This record gives sequence, structure tokens and C-alpha cells, in this order.
Amino acid sequence: MGVKVYGMPMSTNTVRVLAALNEKGVEFELVIVDLRTGAHKKPDFLALNPFGQIPALEDGDVVLFESRAINRYIATKYAEAGPDLLLSSGTPAERAVVDLWLEVESQQFGPPIAALVYEALIKPMLGGATDVTVVEAQATKLEKVLDVYEARLAQSKYLAGAEFTLVDLNHIPYTNYLMKTPKASLVTSRPHLLAWWQDISSRPAWQKTAAAIPF
Amino acid sequence: MVVKVYGKAQAVCPQRVMHCLVEKGVPFELVHVDIDTMEHKRPEFLQKQPFGQVPYIVDGDLELFESRAIVRYLAAKYEDRGPNLLGRTLEERAKVDQWLDVEAINYNPWAFPIVFNLFVLPIRGLPANKADAGAAVDKLNKVLEVYEKQLSKTKYLAGDEFTLADLTHIPATRYIVENCGLSHLLDDKKHVKTWWEDITGRPAWKKVMSFVETGGSNYSP
Repeated sequence: MGVKVYGMPMSTNTVRVLAALNEKGVEFELVIVDLRTGAHKKPDFLALNPFGQIPALEDGDVVLFESRAINRYIATKYAEAGPDLLLSSGTPAERAVVDLWLEVESQQFGPPIAALVYEALIKPMLGGATDVTVVEAQATKLEKVLDVYEARLAQSKYLAGAEFTLVDLNHIPYTNYLMKTPKASLVTSRPHLLAWWQDISSRPAWQKTAAAIPF
Repeated sequence: MVVKVYGKAQAVCPQRVMHCLVEKGVPFELVHVDIDTMEHKRPEFLQKQPFGQVPYIVDGDLELFESRAIVRYLAAKYEDRGPNLLGRTLEERAKVDQWLDVEAINYNPWAFPIVFNLFVLPIRGLPANKADAGAAVDKLNKVLEVYEKQLSKTKYLAGDEFTLADLTHIPATRYIVENCGLSHLLDDKKHVKTWWEDITGRPAWKKVMSFVETGGSNYSP
């Protein structure tokens, strides 16, 4: 039985998992859980994720939720295939640096970019109107994080060091959407950040993942 | 050279790291960072922790920040010592990772504004946003209802052993229970209450609390 991902092709958190599977060359089936019909709050899905959030992963007997934890599982299970996303053959210190920047993505980068993308891109698609003051407030928070990234990427090709890791991959889905908003300048105005984005977004596995996003 | 933890003893994230060190029986030095005078926003500090937050640690040549990354590092480094905090098999580890992310992404975003508005700001005599805190209490209660279901099936969040997924919850939750008048959030849920009494009854956590209360700066097991 193959890997099943329950989610939506336009959901950033779902796409984060699909991007990892594609990097590892793992075949999967995407089972649609349509947020617009409330499918994520129905018993079938709550049995997979009691918090009622997408995505969830089913791999044989293993059922997991939380996209970043799922990606650690994929990176560990398929450590030998494709890039070594958690530097499993590296030193403890190298792996600790991966963990550090994985947390930075989740704790520092994630909250403001999620709020910005929702307000500027997702809300209008759902028929709402963008509140520019919210966009500006989140952009100000995100800028502070991206200033740290710019300094980091001036010294290091990727966020966790010389190699592409899960840290970089986990950033792709939201950054991809950010680039479709008027706030793309947050990236394009920072030369090292822009070079990093051009590098990681041109990876064949991401190109394949992006092609399946419906807009 | 012992591990150095740069932070403030009363702050949630340094407590998470100190608890992990004590569970593993690892000596450390707590180097006080004066948050009240904004020491964590000064250039010397920002060189070590560019986001201006506590804690960071120095372990030999390695400097690390983000408390949840630090505890993963310590749990892996001292895997054979004290309780196994990471899980042993691929599946066990995945469950620990899953519940670690639940804490970081589903629990802490509500726990933080509660502690901040109902405890941190009031003790400093600063105005708090009670509406934010109230909304967060409702959200946290819903999260805890899911925990109740999980803890009716397994003794700890990620399975039948105490792991990092439990440990990371303790410092902020203690303030919610003891300093925000919200102990009922846990007490009215049978399995959550049992879990909370169990994890805060651990000798290592009690040692952390006594270290904090006595203003300790050097811990040795």
C-alpha cells in the first residue's frame, strides 16, 4: 500500500509534505479533504487528525499529522533516497543546526508569513477584501526575520549550512505564495535571500510540486 | 567545561532547556540575561541570538538557540543517559515529533498570550489585553479537549513513555495553572489532570523549580 496524503493541492501545509515526497522520489496519492465543505471537521478525517487540520499522512499502519513532523518522518525513512534532508550522516552539531533553523522556520518565519499570505492572497480568493493594515503589520514583522536570513545567507549557501536541507524545503510553500503578492519585494530587495529563493525554487522536485498547485 | 545556558531563570523557554539538562543529569551554568533592562536586544546578545530571545546555549564549540531545537540536541547527545526522550523506532520518533509540533504550533500560540497578558504584564504593572487572553483561553481549552482524548489512550502524549513532547509543555502550563487562575482548564479533564500531576511530579522538574526559586546559577546533579 502506497503513501496517502490527505489534504488540498493549494494548501501550503499539504504542499510542504508533497515537496518532501517529490524530493525523495516517493510516489503518493493525494486524497482531497475539501476545507470548503468542512471535510476536515468530519469524523473520517478527525480519526486521522483530531485537531481537524490538513494534511495527514497514512503510510501503512503509520498515521501522522503536523506537516513538519511528517517531513521529518519522510526525511528519515527515505534518508538514502535523494538529498540527505536532515544531514543524517553529519555530526551531532550539524544536525543540531538543522533543528535550530527548522524551529526558526516554524516559530519566527511561519506566523507572520502565514498571516500575510492569508490576508493578501487567500482572503480575496475566498471572496473577502484584503486589509492593507494587516498586510503592512505582518510585513514589518516578516522583514525583521528576513533581515536575519539575509545575514545568514551571506555566510552560508543554505540556511542550515552548505547543503540543501529540510529547513530550506519547509520554507518553499509560503515563500512561493509570498512571491505572488505585492510584498514579493521583501525577497527581491535582499540579494542573498533572492539568490537562495531562485536556487531552491528551481529544484526539479519543487518544479514538479508547483506544477500541481492549481494557480 | 559545563554547558552554559544564557537566559532568565523565570522565563519559559530557558526552563524548558534546564529541565532537559536535569532529566539527563547534565551539569550546567545559568548565565543571567537581564530581560528587564532589554539586555537581550543589545548588539552583543544579538550576535549570539539574532532574534533577541532567550535562551541560547554554549556547549563547547557549539552555540545554539531555539529551545525546542536545544532540547532535541541534548536528548540526542545524551540518548543513553536518563529517560529516553526521543523515542526509539522510526514510528515512535515520528509520534514524538508530531506532538512536539502540536505543542509548538497548536498549543503555545494560545498558551503564550495567556501567560503574557494574565501574568507577565500584570506583575510589571503594565496594561494587559484581557480580550486576547480570553480568546486564547477558549482556544487552549479546545486543544486540551483533544489532549484528553489522546491521554485516555496513551499515558503520555506520544505514547507510554515520558518524552520531549510532554516536557516542552511544562513551563508555560505551570504559569497558566499557578499564576493565571486557570487550573480548571486541566483539572476538569480527568486524563489531562493525571498527566499534569505525573509530569510535574518528576524529580527533575522539582529540581528545576527549586533551582529557580533559590536563584541558583550552577547546577550539578
